[in-house]
Amino acid sequence: MYRYAKLRNRVTRTFGMGADEVAADPFIADLVAALSPDRVKSDGAHRALLSHDASVFDGGNSGPVVFPETTAEVAAVMAAAQTHGRNVVPRGAGTGLAGGAIPLGVPVVVAVTKMDEIHEIDTDNGIAWVGPGVVNLDLTKRLGPLGYHFAPDPSSQQVCTIGGNVANNSGGPHCLAYGVTNAHILAMEVVLPSGEVVMLGGLDAEPAGYDLRGAFVGSEGTLGITTKIAVRITKNRPEVRTLLLSFDSVTDAANTVSGVIAAGIVPAAMEVMDQRITVAVENYVNAGYPRDAAAVLLAEVDGLAAGVDLDAERIAEIGRENGATNVKLAGSDEERALLWKGRKTAFGAIAQLAPDYYLHDTVVPRSKLAEVLQQTYDIAERHDLVIMNVFHAGDGNLHPLILFDARDEGVLERVHAAGAEIITASLDAGGVLSGEHGIGVEKQKFMDRMFSSDDLDHQNRLRQAFDPGCRTNPGKVIPTGHSCADIQSLRSIPKEVWA
Amino acid sequence: MTAAATALATDDPVLLAFAEEVGSEGPVAVAGGRTRWATGGTLTEGTRLIAAPTGIVEHLPDEMTVTVRAGTSVAELHAALAAAGQRTALPDRGGTIGGALAVGENDLRALGRERVRTALLQVRYVSAEGRIVASGGPTVKNVSGFDLPRLMVGSLGTLGVLAEVILRTNPIPPVSRWLAAEGAHPRDVLEATLAPSAVLTDGTTVWVELEGHAADVDAEVARLGTVGSFAEVDGMPDLPVHRWSLTPAEVLALHEGGSPHDTGAFVGAAGLGLVWGSTPQPARPLDPTVAMLSERLKQNFDPTGRLNPGRMPGGA
Repeated sequence: MYRYAKLRNRVTRTFGMGADEVAADPFIADLVAALSPDRVKSDGAHRALLSHDASVFDGGNSGPVVFPETTAEVAAVMAAAQTHGRNVVPRGAGTGLAGGAIPLGVPVVVAVTKMDEIHEIDTDNGIAWVGPGVVNLDLTKRLGPLGYHFAPDPSSQQVCTIGGNVANNSGGPHCLAYGVTNAHILAMEVVLPSGEVVMLGGLDAEPAGYDLRGAFVGSEGTLGITTKIAVRITKNRPEVRTLLLSFDSVTDAANTVSGVIAAGIVPAAMEVMDQRITVAVENYVNAGYPRDAAAVLLAEVDGLAAGVDLDAERIAEIGRENGATNVKLAGSDEERALLWKGRKTAFGAIAQLAPDYYLHDTVVPRSKLAEVLQQTYDIAERHDLVIMNVFHAGDGNLHPLILFDARDEGVLERVHAAGAEIITASLDAGGVLSGEHGIGVEKQKFMDRMFSSDDLDHQNRLRQAFDPGCRTNPGKVIPTGHSCADIQSLRSIPKEVWA
Repeated sequence: MTAAATALATDDPVLLAFAEEVGSEGPVAVAGGRTRWATGGTLTEGTRLIAAPTGIVEHLPDEMTVTVRAGTSVAELHAALAAAGQRTALPDRGGTIGGALAVGENDLRALGRERVRTALLQVRYVSAEGRIVASGGPTVKNVSGFDLPRLMVGSLGTLGVLAEVILRTNPIPPVSRWLAAEGAHPRDVLEATLAPSAVLTDGTTVWVELEGHAADVDAEVARLGTVGSFAEVDGMPDLPVHRWSLTPAEVLALHEGGSPHDTGAFVGAAGLGLVWGSTPQPARPLDPTVAMLSERLKQNFDPTGRLNPGRMPGGA
């Protein structure tokens, strides 16, 4: 079932549909009629390629893969899937870490990567209309000359799509001041599982009716497929100050983070890395991080000149009060960019250290950061594992990273046992299951630790209002026993196809 | 109910008693401050009226959160938060926390305070079956399951009866100043300033609220001077009585006098789209597919239609 973060031998040969294959499967014939033969793929290579995402989970089984270019094409695919009683899994860049895009139940995989047009930038309404396949960073690059950016900035922003950001309610380092994706989505055109096309939300201040827009964001592709999205654009701040604080202990760094918020300062970002990951980052990109500090805190404030100077000084002061051994202000844009490059490539850096890793994602109240961090180290030690911590400290969003070598006998059991204990420790501290990676298939089995059966039942009621047949991204988020009765069918592959 | 060991379970006797009071049979609605009693339709006659539980449970300034029961007044909450230097996105227009969330109206200064729909982090509500349901969580960043808190904001209590919520709080900026000028254009104001908390227009005068560090506000005031003759004023103007929801671009059109919307005399929030006019906004019928989804949601959450009967978000 599980694959670990190894480089794979990914097959990229492409094939169009052969006439025999189309004739053999009426569903595929309908897909080909709706799109065009070159954008419907059912060869083994494509199906294999899209049977997994960036998570450690494997075991998906993709049906045909389609690459629509228009809303009408997505609607036709949905309608065909409904007619033939087939499941549908939407997919962006496949960077999700919780297995949300893994195809279960031999679905048609709807890859929206060709819907990558930035349709309109409307500064009077403070929004841009974009296709779901637009890459997060590409939008920010396009907005730059106009003095704006798209605020959500997950670490995968160079490749992840805005459609995927909507599905996962994505985060990133700068959520602390700017909020998560939900706060930046005003309206969406959505194709429902029935094939109907609907606009959720609106550009007006208070769209009438239930906030279906808000309910859709973060639903992990289970409610439909976005085909056009109105995202809020955020003015670039003229002044930025980035501080690098070094500490003798992770606890001191965590206490500084709490102290800053307690002082009434809401920085644009506060990121912490422990020594192991900092050294790995330094070896990887040579960003200027100290190798001898037990923890570093990267704090950024943005806004107008006078205010950012005041806030930066105060953060430095609070750091020193909490035992900072060194406080450094990035002296130039280049130095600042390099520090961020180090932070954002942290997960690439660990490849030097171990062949495999498992990246966790939980959130705890800021005041519990130090305590839960210590627990993660203790848990790893008990299971004889190496763990490092790099996290969005300002949000209390932990990312414990367990390193291992999957070839070691019995290591997988230890990795999973440690992961479960980290989740338990986070919940016990008053935290939540996931801050930004989502539930997907990864954390389904932990949902009933956070939610009662009544809570899960109500989540399922929302799901069923959009997707009564439970055919859109089936087998995700809500655990077996609480969700649509679709789990059994997911395990069995229709015998006529791709067994 | 048994307080299962799930992270969001509650054994607060006040909430358990409220769930009993909501019960599982017969039409029921919560009367809060009745400040927006006509919103979404007329309550069906004979509906049992109850009051939501009250009290601030816990304010954690370091976490920027407050746990508060739905029947607490917004004024009481904001007074308590202000004593600790914080505030929320809820508008100061009377009424209760539950009422403000159920109606979902934003403060006219939402540019500086965020929208109400993003301020709700965790919700505990009583279902149509009389069960306590929890969703969301106590942290700002949280993607644990479907986002029912978003659905609750503006739902008029038709999907569940709000009992207790966790709201995001924010520090009150050190300085807040209002300025006004005749003849300025709100688009110029939005372009000249970095992050005004409000830019209001009545078609003649433009009012601006600037907040932050004193030196930053001074710098913003200086920039305002490049787009109009702004002078200090006490606060925002008096508002007409009818609330409109328009797009930000439509507010600019209202300011320029070329709008097809007959608001009468108005005060509109540029960059946001909220408008108060002297005439009521015509009904905004839901798109038929949105209406279909809404009816299914209502059916799934409240199969017998007992919660706040006669009212629906977007209803007359």
